[in-house]
Amino acid sequence: MVLNIQHLSKRYDTGAEPVEVLTDVSFELDGTETLALEGESGSGKSTLLHLVGGLDRASGGLIEVDGIDITSLPDGRTAQLRRDTVGLIFQQFNLIPSLTVQSNIAFHARLAGRHDPDWAQYLATRIGLQDHLQKYPEAISGGQQQRVAIARALAARPKLLLADEPTGNLDEATADTVLGLMLESAAEAGTAILMVTHSPRQAARMQRRLTLSRGRVQRAGVAVAAS
Amino acid sequence: MTRLGLIALLSHWRRNPWQLLTLIAGLALATALWCGVQAINAEARASYDKAADVLASGAFNAMRKADGSAFSTQDYVALRRMGWQVSPVIEGTIERNDHVVQLVGIEPMTLPQSLLERETAGTEAARGNGTLLQARALFVHPDDAAAFTEENVTLHLNAQRPVGTALGDIATVQGLLRKPDEITRLIVDTVQPMGLPPIPETYRIESGAGQTDVARLTRSFHLNLTAFGLLSFAVGIFIVYGAVGLAFEQRRGVFRTLRALGMPVRRLMVLLALELGVFSLIAGGLGVALGYLIAAALLPDVAATLRGLYGAEITGQLQLRPAWWLSGLGMAFAGTGIAAAAALIKLARLPLLSFNHPRAMSMHALASGRWMAAVACLLFVSGFAFALWGEGLFAGFALLACLLVGAAFCLPALLALALQAAGRISRGALAEWFWADSRQQLPGLSMALMALLLAMAANIGVSTMVSSFRLTFTGYLDQRLSSELYLRLDTADQAEIVTSDLVTRGVTVLPIISEEIRIAGLPAEIYGVRDHATYRENWPILAAVPDVWDQLAADRGALINEQLARRNDLGPGDALPTGDPVLGVYSDYGNAAGQVVISEAEFARRYPQKRAVRFGLRADDPEAVAQYLRATYGLQGDALIDQAQLKAFSLSVFERTFSVTAALNLLTLSVAGLAILISLLTLATLRLPQLAPVWALGLTRRHLALLELLRALCLAAITGLFAVPLGLMLAWVLLAVVNVEAFGWRLPMFLFPAEYLQLGILTLCAALLAALWPAIRLARTPPDRLLRVFSNER
Repeated sequence: MVLNIQHLSKRYDTGAEPVEVLTDVSFELDGTETLALEGESGSGKSTLLHLVGGLDRASGGLIEVDGIDITSLPDGRTAQLRRDTVGLIFQQFNLIPSLTVQSNIAFHARLAGRHDPDWAQYLATRIGLQDHLQKYPEAISGGQQQRVAIARALAARPKLLLADEPTGNLDEATADTVLGLMLESAAEAGTAILMVTHSPRQAARMQRRLTLSRGRVQRAGVAVAAS
Repeated sequence: MTRLGLIALLSHWRRNPWQLLTLIAGLALATALWCGVQAINAEARASYDKAADVLASGAFNAMRKADGSAFSTQDYVALRRMGWQVSPVIEGTIERNDHVVQLVGIEPMTLPQSLLERETAGTEAARGNGTLLQARALFVHPDDAAAFTEENVTLHLNAQRPVGTALGDIATVQGLLRKPDEITRLIVDTVQPMGLPPIPETYRIESGAGQTDVARLTRSFHLNLTAFGLLSFAVGIFIVYGAVGLAFEQRRGVFRTLRALGMPVRRLMVLLALELGVFSLIAGGLGVALGYLIAAALLPDVAATLRGLYGAEITGQLQLRPAWWLSGLGMAFAGTGIAAAAALIKLARLPLLSFNHPRAMSMHALASGRWMAAVACLLFVSGFAFALWGEGLFAGFALLACLLVGAAFCLPALLALALQAAGRISRGALAEWFWADSRQQLPGLSMALMALLLAMAANIGVSTMVSSFRLTFTGYLDQRLSSELYLRLDTADQAEIVTSDLVTRGVTVLPIISEEIRIAGLPAEIYGVRDHATYRENWPILAAVPDVWDQLAADRGALINEQLARRNDLGPGDALPTGDPVLGVYSDYGNAAGQVVISEAEFARRYPQKRAVRFGLRADDPEAVAQYLRATYGLQGDALIDQAQLKAFSLSVFERTFSVTAALNLLTLSVAGLAILISLLTLATLRLPQLAPVWALGLTRRHLALLELLRALCLAAITGLFAVPLGLMLAWVLLAVVNVEAFGWRLPMFLFPAEYLQLGILTLCAALLAALWPAIRLARTPPDRLLRVFSNER
């Protein structure tokens, strides 16, 4: 099991009353499973993703990533977890503007000390970036930037890929292509995916779906793959 | 609409307080350093004017002897008999009880009436000339009274008199100066009888409209100060330019929206100008106040420098003179105008649909980088032209300005190349990102780094100059002060008794005798020296005819100091305006006035009334001689000084001479350090979107903060490396061009790697300190702030 979440809660002490963002969330993710995390804005989807990635701290409950409870890990160990086990894809791409496409793709894998140039090259070609490797992010389109973000996340062969609306900034056709490439590449890398999405169409392409509402798991089920 | 537009524009500064602080602090500091220097200059000039007012004879012509020697009473009487309406004046300085006072003696009966009234206004003499005519009456400022406690004079204290000056009847002053029959110059009345016979050929009449001697001598020194003030101002303006340019790029969206909502571009420009005008006023006011404090702190040292170098007295009290504070405010407005001109021009040409570029700073840098490179090329070409064909102090400063500003403009490109090279040879993803990201930060930091480059180059240049000077000066003192003891007696009769005694005891006595003269319209001193091995072996000769000492002993000419040689373009074989052939040129540091050395015998022939009261003593056992002199003749205080004391005194005068430039250097470096701090703080908020992904990919905040510190150190170190050759070029221009014009001497240039290393370490410490706060803030940034970068609902 790559991810095990039990009774997870997250509270923000922002004002007079604490704001409960996540309450008693529990679910698991196996091997190379793919799971779509759905819900309206403010339902806690991104917060859940951040907690799993060790970017934020839970207020209660358990998060086990690849068998390690990350809820009480120090800053340095969560950073190591992000380098070694987890891959991250954001809606805004969040590429490093000072590096070329090629360096961006290799960046995470090199940080983790697992850079495989052949695999990186294969990924780049697989998702159609072979002609843009020496360009800087500002010189390529939004769809291409998101492909770079996907390649970057998968180049390190993470056990778990966390994707926060990875196609949210793209038009429908491009989004379909990019998501298809992400799913295929992840399968080749042996990576499980936890993806936040607003789009039922994209969610339907995942193996499982989980809907959050006001911080609680409202519905969980098996997705019906879109044809 | 105007109010709403202003609110929209000002909201940017509310949201970016560090940027506002950058702007205000940069402008205030630039104004402060400029104002401080101008306040010092204004105070000094006011003191010179006051001193010149000791005898405000500017409206009258003066008659002098062409060879610079003094008139005798007989000369004066002869002119009066010829019908010339002239009035005698004697001028000279005395030093008593650590007070140097400029004495002016006049003859009230023949002095033009308007001049007499002006001179005696506010004094008892205003009620009649009686007081001035009283036996041994002297008008002095209360501060100078101490100088005359041992003199037989009746002091009339008058607080309106300039400090360091005294006025009395010519007979009284002649007595005080021990020049009983001397007249320095003759004031020529504006009304003269018809049909006067011409004046003798050896006399000449000088226009009274010229500047005072001291103002002319010190002009270069003040120009030097002004140049440093301007350099400091330029450092500050770099910061302002950066802040204004960045704010413009960040507000493109606001401009577009305001224009889309119907605000005319002209109104928008007026609002921006108004906004900057208010900032200029606030920063200018702060700068003037700071400048006052800087000037007040530096004035005592400047006063000491001017006294040591030029014998010019300036008061230690700083006054709030409109001349400098208005110039300070004017510079604040002008500086803001220059810094904002490019942004305003861009606004005028901004298309309505211009987009707000997410990489505002890079875009701004890219656009300005091109014209900066073009301007730098132009500046280097101009500097080259000034170096080849320019003459004088102006050309020297113009060369410096071209060199410094050109180099500063080239810096971003050079840094980018250096970082690119470092990136190429780096191994590992983190190192690669580090160098690439550093290059990405350059636009935001380039102005601060330019300021650092200028400050460091100025430091290296000035410290090389001062240290070269110190090394040369110390060697020079060893040559020039070769006697073991220096004796000073009150009267020539006493001197004869003491020196005769010393000679019988086997002590070599070398008289030091001099007379004030004028050469080419400026005051100078002529010395008579004895033909002795002390001079032959030690005198710091720079250039001379063969057998120079034999020729001097045979009265075939004179030696002159370097400043006199350079000022009048003289060398061995040329002739002085006095007619003496120049036999050689010697170095004479720590003194701006000209000097002429002739043989003792020739001096006695020219100035038979002059007798030596100062002597250099060569002795095998100077301590025993000193003890004997003190015991036998009761010599006290500065009557007998040993060589070490005199060297220590000379070196202390030297150190104070350059304490002002050292202080200005330190202030400039501090401004640059502050510029880095403020730039980093401004960047800190803009940096989060660039740092958050790296954090998300597996780096801790602490790690990122350490990398930020390392980045600041690397950028400062690379800038420092570029500053070394620039600083050395600056030193060369200062030594070879500016100093020669300002002081009249040229010094050899030495290199001081240890000093540069020390400065480098100081700069790195400054950069580290400047980066520390932003780094600590980054290390403590809550994760939710970093997460906002990725938030879909941003």
